[in-house]
Amino acid sequence: MSTMPVKDSSSDSALSRRGFFMKLGIVFNGLAAIVLTVPIARFLLSSVSRGQGKGYLSWVNLGEVANFPEGQTRMATFRNPFVMPTDGKTVDTACWVRRIAADKFQVFAINCAHLGCPVRWFPQSGLFMCPCHGGAYYRDGSRASGPPERGLFEYPYKIENGVLTINAGQLPTPGDPVASLSSKKVPCA
Amino acid sequence: MRVINMDTIKKIGAWFDHRLQLAEPIREAAEHRVPKNTASWFYVFGSAALTVFLLQLVTGILLALIYVPSAGEAWSSLQALNHQVALGWFVRAMHGWGSNFMVAIVLIHMTQVFLFGAHKYPRELTWVVGVLLLLMTLGMAFTGQIMRFDQDAYWGLGIGASIASRVPILGPAVVKLMLGGPIIAGATLSRFFALHVFVIPGMLIAFVSLHLLMVLKLGINEWPMPGRIVKRATYDAEYHALTKSDGAPFVPYAIWKDMFFAAFIILAVAACAYYFGPFGPTGQPDPTIIQTAPKPDYFFLWLYALLSLLPPSMETPFLLIVPPLVILGLILLPFLSGEGEKSWKRRPIAVITVLMIAITLGTFTRMAQLAPWSPRMNAWSSDPVPDPYIHGTTALERQGALVFQVKQCRNCHSIGDTGGQRGPALDAVAVRLTRDQLIRQVIQGGGNMPAYGNNLSPAETTALVAFLETLHPATQGPARDAARDLVVSESKPKSTTQP
Repeated sequence: MSTMPVKDSSSDSALSRRGFFMKLGIVFNGLAAIVLTVPIARFLLSSVSRGQGKGYLSWVNLGEVANFPEGQTRMATFRNPFVMPTDGKTVDTACWVRRIAADKFQVFAINCAHLGCPVRWFPQSGLFMCPCHGGAYYRDGSRASGPPERGLFEYPYKIENGVLTINAGQLPTPGDPVASLSSKKVPCA
Repeated sequence: MRVINMDTIKKIGAWFDHRLQLAEPIREAAEHRVPKNTASWFYVFGSAALTVFLLQLVTGILLALIYVPSAGEAWSSLQALNHQVALGWFVRAMHGWGSNFMVAIVLIHMTQVFLFGAHKYPRELTWVVGVLLLLMTLGMAFTGQIMRFDQDAYWGLGIGASIASRVPILGPAVVKLMLGGPIIAGATLSRFFALHVFVIPGMLIAFVSLHLLMVLKLGINEWPMPGRIVKRATYDAEYHALTKSDGAPFVPYAIWKDMFFAAFIILAVAACAYYFGPFGPTGQPDPTIIQTAPKPDYFFLWLYALLSLLPPSMETPFLLIVPPLVILGLILLPFLSGEGEKSWKRRPIAVITVLMIAITLGTFTRMAQLAPWSPRMNAWSSDPVPDPYIHGTTALERQGALVFQVKQCRNCHSIGDTGGQRGPALDAVAVRLTRDQLIRQVIQGGGNMPAYGNNLSPAETTALVAFLETLHPATQGPARDAARDLVVSESKPKSTTQP
């Protein structure tokens, strides 16, 4: 027991050899942690970072304008522009195309602006109805009744050589209506 | 010969134990003394939850032998399990029913623990870990519903994404992180598979072990006696004394009830699996097939109801604020009431709280099963106008009945007890609204009704209102506007037929 205090002179003031290697080991592991963390974080967040800006959006073809009679609203489907080999049928997306006049269209997302369920078009009453929580919209996409706080999501469109194209590629949600034209005030139905 | 064999077995056992040194701690854990009054049928739910969890592990691994976590093939691999692989349907059904049982048992266990005051000192941390286990169990239930990659799973993910998107600022990023891309697709299923099969079960195993360790170290909560107050200063000594004076070894004194109940639960899951079969899958996860009315699984039905019934403006604040508050409240509970009475007989507010929560969740669940807020999408074309409602009507009124059907009024309004329930039943609407009020309501909408002004011609409106005016009981006349009647009768002084 009396031989214990022999080494204490080096332990409190100067760095001992053991303590130095301990600290070096911690620093070394910290470095390893950083080397691991950066790629892990970038891998995990890749779906977010890729979507920045206009990342996922592009112009997709909905077919000939002639397929959509004037004054009618019809369902159209398109393949999502961002595809992975394991996606199966999930990349097939539906939307509602309303042709108001010769080159005047409205293209609505299929997803209810409440919680994303697929809305159905009823031409007789001129309403879109949602089967989930009972949201309803007028023919111009504006909110008619139910829990939605806004009108249907609308894709920007253009017509090139008689073909209708829309800017799409991302699930529109209430917090992220994507390229929605909703900022444009819809006329009251 | 037999004696030699026993000796050999003992020697092998000793050889292993010399290296593992587990026999002593296992024996200590098994024979630790518990208060005799904890050997109760009320105390079996914790071990039952563990039993079902183990059952889920086994059936889950079995399913993973066949299941393909790919958006393109998951649905067909489930079909193969249901129809092609021997007893695949049974394993799926066991896993599905096991999940329902697990959520139910965890909730019952939690309620029992709370009513028996077992969350109080010194078992606060056991409770907190239990709250985390509840969240993980619900996480397993939700991600498990996604594994059944059918229409409900697909649109359920859309609902999850729509909720997540409402988080301020981070919402859009959270959605992309959750979906693994811009839309619900292959990457989405793969990451939910990773959560369901690796991440959450791993956490569950770790936290269940911690939970059990604390139960062993701190002892099973003694049966609460009204008037026996928990105090931090004295509880440990009192509990220790109790296990000495009125205690018994856990094995075999208390465990036989746990064993009985565990076997009963496994048999109950198997019976449900056998009689009711597996859950789904429903239609293919093809987003272009929109003839679907997605509904969540049983334990999230209350949320489905809540999302339909909350006023629109309150929905987002409610979704973002209330769940964190509830979780925080549950975690803080043992720290706010860590001492005092344990018995439910002296804790009326605790009992009322449990009853309130149970009744609220039960009511919302029942409402979600009925879903009166969803329009009945095919009522207009499939439900007939009941005979008595068109018997003896004029041509105009019949035309109105036709307008009533064709314009999908029936999807939201019932007559003769068929049709949607989104709006009020119209069997006696003429008693409630006068002719002018009917016209106004149809054209301008209001309340929760869309305006039909743009979609009805004047002739259609006239016919529809004429039909609606016939909808009143034989013993009760239609509503009249007395002031208007007076004006009309004054302008035609000869008419004296008005009653």
